[in-house]
Amino acid sequence: MINYSERIPNNVNLSENKTLQRALEHWQPSFLQWWGDMGPENSTNYDVYLRTAVSVDPKGWADFGYVKMPDYRWGIFLTPGDGQKKISFGEHKGQDVWQEVPGEYRSTLRRIIVTQGDTEPASVEQQRHLGLTAPSLYDLRNLFQVNVEEGRHLWAMVYLLHAHFGRDGREEGEALLERRSGDADNPRILTAFNEKTPDWLSFFMFTFITDRDGKFQLASLAESAFDPLARTCKFMLTEEAHHLFVGESGVARVIQRTCEVMQQLKTDDKDKLRAAGVIDLPTLQKYLNFHYSVTSDLYGAEVSSNAATYYTNGLKGRFEEEKIDDDHSLQSADYTIMDVEGEQIVTRHVQALSALNERLRDDWIADVQAGIDRWNRIPAKFGFDFRFTLPHKGFHRKIGLFSGAHVSPDGRVLSEAEWTHQHKHWLPTEEDRLYVHSLMGRCLEPGKFANWIAPPGRGINNQPIDFEYVRFN
Amino acid sequence: MNAPAEHARLARQHLIDPEICIRCNTCEETCPVDAITHDSLNYVVAFDKCNGCLACVPPCPTGAIDSWRNVEFVKPYSIEEQFSWDLLPDTTELDGFEASVAGADEAIPDEVQQLTEAATAGQGGPALAPWSAAHPYVNLYPPARPVTATVTGNFRLTAEDASSDIHHIVLDFGATPFPVLEGQSIGIIPPGTDANGKPHLLRMYSVASPREGERPHYNNVALTVKRVTEDHDGRPVRGVGSNYVCDLKKGDKVQVTGPYGSTFLMPNHPGSSIMMICTGTGSAPMRAMTERRRRRRDQKEGGELVLFFGARAPSELPYFGPLQKLPQDFIDINFAFSRVPGEPKRYVQDRIRERADKVWAMLQDENCYIYICGLKGMEAGVLEAFRDICRAHGADWDTLHPRLLANARFHVETY
Repeated sequence: MINYSERIPNNVNLSENKTLQRALEHWQPSFLQWWGDMGPENSTNYDVYLRTAVSVDPKGWADFGYVKMPDYRWGIFLTPGDGQKKISFGEHKGQDVWQEVPGEYRSTLRRIIVTQGDTEPASVEQQRHLGLTAPSLYDLRNLFQVNVEEGRHLWAMVYLLHAHFGRDGREEGEALLERRSGDADNPRILTAFNEKTPDWLSFFMFTFITDRDGKFQLASLAESAFDPLARTCKFMLTEEAHHLFVGESGVARVIQRTCEVMQQLKTDDKDKLRAAGVIDLPTLQKYLNFHYSVTSDLYGAEVSSNAATYYTNGLKGRFEEEKIDDDHSLQSADYTIMDVEGEQIVTRHVQALSALNERLRDDWIADVQAGIDRWNRIPAKFGFDFRFTLPHKGFHRKIGLFSGAHVSPDGRVLSEAEWTHQHKHWLPTEEDRLYVHSLMGRCLEPGKFANWIAPPGRGINNQPIDFEYVRFN
Repeated sequence: MNAPAEHARLARQHLIDPEICIRCNTCEETCPVDAITHDSLNYVVAFDKCNGCLACVPPCPTGAIDSWRNVEFVKPYSIEEQFSWDLLPDTTELDGFEASVAGADEAIPDEVQQLTEAATAGQGGPALAPWSAAHPYVNLYPPARPVTATVTGNFRLTAEDASSDIHHIVLDFGATPFPVLEGQSIGIIPPGTDANGKPHLLRMYSVASPREGERPHYNNVALTVKRVTEDHDGRPVRGVGSNYVCDLKKGDKVQVTGPYGSTFLMPNHPGSSIMMICTGTGSAPMRAMTERRRRRRDQKEGGELVLFFGARAPSELPYFGPLQKLPQDFIDINFAFSRVPGEPKRYVQDRIRERADKVWAMLQDENCYIYICGLKGMEAGVLEAFRDICRAHGADWDTLHPRLLANARFHVETY
C-alpha cells in the first residue's frame, strides 16, 4: 500500500479524503504503466538531477536531487487561496469564486480540463525518443525535467477530474492515459499534439513556442471562477516557465553556435555551414515559421461563440484579467481582427467578447516576439545583419479565417500555384529536416556539447555546466 | 584587498540578468514584498523594496534571478536604468567587498542609519574615512542576532554632586569576536518592551576605548554614557537606554549589536595629527583616539594631538582627572567651562579662537584630521570660529571646507 501523504507531496489534505485517495490509488498504477510505455525511452533506470516540488512555498517547490523518473514524486499542488477571492470577470463578477463545480457548467468545465490535461501526456509522448539523441547531459536532464513536469501537470488535471467530476471525471482520467499522440485510431485531442517532435531543434522550438501557448492557456484558466482550477493552473505556471526557458535558451544556443561558425568561416553560405555541422540561420527561421503557425492554430477561430460563453460564464478569463483596466464584462467593447477578402487581408472590428481567442493569440504573439527580439541580439552581437522575424498571422494556418487562404510570411495573399512554388523557402523541407536529423547524435560526456549547439551560460541550480546531470546505471 | 577609496556604505543590490531572463513573471508572482516589476523589455528589482529574502531564487527557471552587484548605498541602479539594459553591468572593484542587501535583516538597522545621518548632517558633505584609517568591520551583529556581552566595570565619571551623571562602562565579549575601531559605535538593546509592546530599538554609543580594548588584549570595550534625565527642552524624562546602561552591575549580560560607523575613524600614518573638539560624552571617541596614541607613544610616530573640550565645570567633565595627568608634550588640552562660579562663561569656540594661530596651522596641515563630537548646539559656534580664523588669515572657510571634506580631514558627529 502506498503511503500517499509521503509518496504524493500535496497540499490538498489527500490523506484525509478517502474517496479521492481511493480514486488516485486506482489511477496511479495506470499512470505508471503509461509512463513505462510512453515516457522517455529506456530511461527508467537513470538517476536524473531533477527539481521536485515538495510544497507550494517558494523554497519547497524546488527541491533538487537525483531521482529515478518512475520514482519522481508527482505531487498535487494548488496555489493557496485566501478564502476571500471574488470572481473577477463575466456575469458572475464580484461573487465568491466557486469551490465546487456549478451543475450548469459541469460539462463545459470538464471539457476545458480534459483538453488542457490531454496536452500534458501528449507532449511526453511526442518527445519520448529525444533522449536517444541528446546533445549533452545538461540538455538530457532538461528534457527529463520537462517530461516529469508535464506528468505532474497531468496529475494536477486528473486530481481536478477525480475530486470534482465523480465517475465522469474518473473515466476521463483513464481516457487521458489511453489516447496516444499521433495514433490514427485514438489520437490526442489537439492537432499540434499529434505532430512529431523528431529532433532537438523541433523540441526547442516546441518548448519555446507551443509551451508558451500552454502558458497563456494556463494563465487564462488561472483567472477561472472555479477556484480549484484557477489555483491549480497558477501553480502549473511556475513550472511552465522552466519549459519556456529550455526552449528559448535552446534555440539561442543553436543561434550562438551557428554565429560562431559563421564568424570562423567568414560565411553565411548554407552549404558551407552545413558542411561545418551547424544549422544555418534561414533554416532556423523556417522551423520558427512552422512551429509558430502550427501553434497559432491552437488558439482556435478568431471569432468564437464558445470563447464568449466561457468568458461570460466565468470559466476562462483573459491573460492577466485582473490587471486589465476595463469593465471585465466586454458587453460593449470591440476588438480588431484580420480577415481575408479576395486577395486582400483586411481588418474588421468585432465584438470583443467573440474575439477572445484572437486576443489571447495576440498576447501570445507579443510574448513570442519579445523572445525573438532577444534571439536577435545574438547575430547583432556578432555583427551579422540576419534577424529573425515572425511570419504574418495568416501564414500557414489551418484553423480560423485564414484557413482557406495561402498567405506569405510578409502578409501577401497568394495563389495556390504561387504557394506551392514558394513554400519551400518558408517551411522546413524534407531536405532541411533530414539535414537537422543527421546532426542528432548522442553527446553524453559531462561538459561536452554536440557541435551544432553552444553550451549554456549557467548550469542548473548553480551547478557547473560539466555537472553529471544524469547518471546512467 | 584595500577598502574602497571612499568608505561609502556598500549594499548588495539584487538584479536580474536580462541576457538570461525569459520574462516568465514567476519572480514577480513570487516576491512577497512586490519588489519585482517589469516593462515590455526587462524584469527588474527595486533596490529600496528588496529585502533579500531569496523567495524568488528557487522558482526562477533560468538562474537569471541570482544576480548581484555591490553598489554604493546612495547610488543603486534605478529601475529605469535596469529597464534599459541588454546586459548586466560589469562587476566593479566594489564587488570585492562584503556587503549585504539594503533591506535585509543583515542591513544596517534603520535607527542606526537615521541616527548616523542626523549626527553627520553638520559635516556639510559626504563622509569619507582618512586614507590611513584601518578597515572597519561593520554590522557584524544585526539586531536579530545580537552578541551577549558581560559588564566587567561601571564607574561614575562625574563628581557625586555634579548635575550630570556620566558613567564609564566596560563590556566584555568573551570569546565572541567584536572588532571595533576608535570612532565606531555599538548598539545596545535595552531589555523589555516599549509602550506599544514592541521590543526596544537599539541605542547607539560611541566606543571610548582603543581598538585593542579598554584592558589591552582582552576582548572588551568601554563606553561613556550620560544618564538622560531630561529631554532637549529640559523637561524631565527618563531615558530608557542610558538609565539601563548606567544602572548595569558587574556581571550583568547586555545584548550588543554592531559595530557601526565607517568614516569617523582616526588616521594611522606616522606624523598624522588630530584636532579633537568635543563636549560631554562626545569625548568618548576622543578618549579612544587619545588612548590609542598614548599606548603607541614609544613608537615615536610623531603627529600632534590637540583637544578642545567643553563642559559646564571640571566636575562635570568626564575623564577630567586622567586627562590632566597626560603629559603636555603628548596632548595639547584646552578646556572650556561655561558654568564655573565667578568666571566668565567660556565655550569651546572661545578656546578655539584663543588658539587661532595653532588652529590655522593645523587647518593648513594636510596631515591634520579634525573631529567634532558632542551636542548639536556646539556645531554652529565651532564653524563660526573656523570661519573667523580663516578670514583673519585672508582665507575663505567656504573654499577650505570642501577641501577638508574631500581629503577626509573633517569629521562631525553631533546629536
